[in-house]
Amino acid sequence: MSLRVEHDLHKRRRGRNTGVGLILGAFVVLILALTVAKVTSGDFELPSIEEGQ
Amino acid sequence: MSDVSYHSTTIEPEAELGDYFALLKPRVMSLVVFTAFVGMLAAPQSVNPVIAFASILFVAVGAGASGALNMWWDADIDGVMRRTAKRPIPSGRVTAGEAKVLGFALSGLSVMMLALSANMLAAVLLAFTIFFYLVIYSMWLKRATPQNIVIGGAAGAFPPVIGWVIATGAFSIEAWLMFALIFMWTPPHFWALALFMRSDYDDAQVPMLTVTHGRKATRAHILVYTVLLVGLVAGAGFTSLGGPVFLAAAAVLNVLFLKGAFDIWRRDEAQAEADDYTVEKSFFKLSLWYLFLHFGAILADAVLMPFVVMLT
Repeated sequence: MSLRVEHDLHKRRRGRNTGVGLILGAFVVLILALTVAKVTSGDFELPSIEEGQ
Repeated sequence: MSDVSYHSTTIEPEAELGDYFALLKPRVMSLVVFTAFVGMLAAPQSVNPVIAFASILFVAVGAGASGALNMWWDADIDGVMRRTAKRPIPSGRVTAGEAKVLGFALSGLSVMMLALSANMLAAVLLAFTIFFYLVIYSMWLKRATPQNIVIGGAAGAFPPVIGWVIATGAFSIEAWLMFALIFMWTPPHFWALALFMRSDYDDAQVPMLTVTHGRKATRAHILVYTVLLVGLVAGAGFTSLGGPVFLAAAAVLNVLFLKGAFDIWRRDEAQAEADDYTVEKSFFKLSLWYLFLHFGAILADAVLMPFVVMLT
């Protein structure tokens, strides 16, 4: 018989860690989407350089 | 250490993720999201949907952060008041220190991210809102003056302005009218609550108007602020906010709200106690609908306007 009995505390801790992991994952996806949106909407376009300059 | 001593050790209760989420005052956050969203959509410029979603999310996180900081600062009085005794800190699920760290960390993150996703002015406005709610309202006014919620109401009134600034990068009269609508609505809303949450504010020694000036004066204040609010909404009807849906909704809601405030003013404490504050409670419920439907009407007008223009 295993001596390791899972305490309620471990269950809660696992739930919390999973939640934080999911939030961080979602944050990464959001930053990626935001970057794509910013780059494609022309916010970061370089000013055009005229010929001869 | 023996097994016995191990088992006798008390284990500190650890919070669940939901407890930290409760620190962010999700119900207040939902109102902030809604009014900021309406402010953004009512603005004349359109926003990329991804940028709009991210910006509103960061405003919501900023509002949540100020909620956590408020709970950290007010933990002592929250434990005394019935309405707030079950919050995560007074109930012992989260420590005040954790709330403080979470609040400051999310404040910094939300302001920084809003500057990146929208613009600097929106970020500065969000930072000022958090500062206003924590320092001006929670730390200073709330325990010092019966005008606490009158001035403190400004903190809750900023989100539609932030929404507008996210879209346009500038202020305008319409944005400040939406600000004024929430600002003038806050006192009658909270004073109605203070009338029927009888002993809460007395016990916590928070100088609400009901405690410092009595209930009769509070009833008169509700009526005066409601009259001013109705006048303000009538004025807003003459700006670009005054679309057909807004005008129709405002006409009905303001008559009902004014009648409710008048009924509260006419009553005395004996009558209120006899029917368990029925009129005050229904006025409080109406006040929630009042704000939600006014902003819903602004949203409806903003959404319908392109179709109206197309048809004419």
